[in-house]
Amino acid sequence: MRIPCPTCGPRDLREFTYIGDALRSAPALEADADTWAAYVYTRRNPRGEHLEYWQHSHGCRQFLRVRRDTATHVIHAAACVGPHATEDEA
Amino acid sequence: MGRYSIFAVAAGALGGNRGWRPAWRKAVPKPSYEVVIVGGGGHGLATAHYLAREHGITDVAVVEKGWIGSGNVGRNTTIVRSNYMLDRTVPFYEASLKLWEGLSHDLNFNVMFSSRGVINLAHTPAQMDIFTRRANSMMLNGIAAEMLDVAGLRRRVPLLDVSPAARFPVVGAIHQARGGTARHDAVAWGYARAADSRGVDIIENCEVTGFLREGDRITGVRTTRGDIRARKTAVAVAGSTSQVMALAGIDDLPIESHVLQAFVSEGMKPALDVVVTFGAGHLYISQSDKGGLVFGGDIDGYNSYAQRGNLPIVEDVASAALAMFPAFSRVRLLRTWGGLMDMTMDGQPIITTGPLPGLYLNCGWCYEGFKATPASGFTFAWTIAKDEPHPLNAPFRLDRFRQGRVLDEKGRGPYPGHH
Repeated sequence: MRIPCPTCGPRDLREFTYIGDALRSAPALEADADTWAAYVYTRRNPRGEHLEYWQHSHGCRQFLRVRRDTATHVIHAAACVGPHATEDEA
Repeated sequence: MGRYSIFAVAAGALGGNRGWRPAWRKAVPKPSYEVVIVGGGGHGLATAHYLAREHGITDVAVVEKGWIGSGNVGRNTTIVRSNYMLDRTVPFYEASLKLWEGLSHDLNFNVMFSSRGVINLAHTPAQMDIFTRRANSMMLNGIAAEMLDVAGLRRRVPLLDVSPAARFPVVGAIHQARGGTARHDAVAWGYARAADSRGVDIIENCEVTGFLREGDRITGVRTTRGDIRARKTAVAVAGSTSQVMALAGIDDLPIESHVLQAFVSEGMKPALDVVVTFGAGHLYISQSDKGGLVFGGDIDGYNSYAQRGNLPIVEDVASAALAMFPAFSRVRLLRTWGGLMDMTMDGQPIITTGPLPGLYLNCGWCYEGFKATPASGFTFAWTIAKDEPHPLNAPFRLDRFRQGRVLDEKGRGPYPGHH
């Protein structure tokens, strides 16, 4: 598997660290226990397209949002997130 | 169906071995059953067997998308052990090991269970302390455990590199002599044959495409071979749990599906008569009766339904194997494969009634699925028959995550987000 890093180009899987599902976002601190439990523990876990975070930890160290198919490992899009965000095709 | 015995083998041989019959019928689905079990893997088939044997419920169908044994029960490294630590998890895995010890006789099918022993290596004094604590905890739960020092390890596992020059020098190990391995396919076939002989229908090539419901209640399954009504519907589909449960409208399970690879080398003369696990990296290795080294390590680490892995883990696992056993450096890899692991967020399974009326769920096996097969079937059958958990699976509730009662058991393998 190769991930097309927006800053470094297509690089081997082993340069990257998997972070996880990119559709989850932390609830407000005062949110109730159910909301927090859902955020911490539950996952949609789709078979097919999955929006997920990776870090190019052995490269530019940017955090990426990647749209990947969990059944075929085809990567449809990758974009940097955070202060160095790139055009988001994902 | 005839019992297997030495006399049956002799009679078969005298008859030119033309009289053997398939071990289970090719069942055609009936319109309705008392219990339908979705998933013809080890756990689903074991559940059917114990439903019939322990609870007298024989009006049971096991529906399987592919052929039985095509999933994780045929994709593991066949290790069986109960060297866990917590009071809430140890009794379950120990009950499983006890069922393993009598399984071949129970099923009248040789599952080739071999109590060859399981050794977990320690590489630091701190790790030895933790293993000693675990051994003490095991003994308090009535399970024999033994600590080995380097000299003991050298005697027990001669090919293991225990020299101070090793990449990760070994300082000792915890040894569970009753642990071992079993023939994984035989487990699926043995349970299938035993369940079938009590009247359970095993329906292969039958994919569940939806659930039948009356209001909130699940009243059966919709399949590629027609609708099947059931008073109770049980789901035991491992890595496909999220997909199957989404058909019932449940899309918030604490599960990620990951790929875990396993490896077999070419066959060799007997070289390793015990299961050894490597605590510095992550590796477990044994030698099958056929002579191949069977080993595995970490999950690939990202969500996957691919049933095949990537090369970095192949290299990682191979390098860990050679750090332990330099003598295996010329052994050629014969096969690799991947299984879909239903990884829960605490590394322990879910065996429960619900989450909808009429539905029963068995999932989240992470690295623990194969060794747990008998106890999983036993307790899941109890849960289905009595509509309440057996004391052994009472901690494996679905709502333990929301309640903060997660099972922080360090005797298990990895879980998602761990790497």
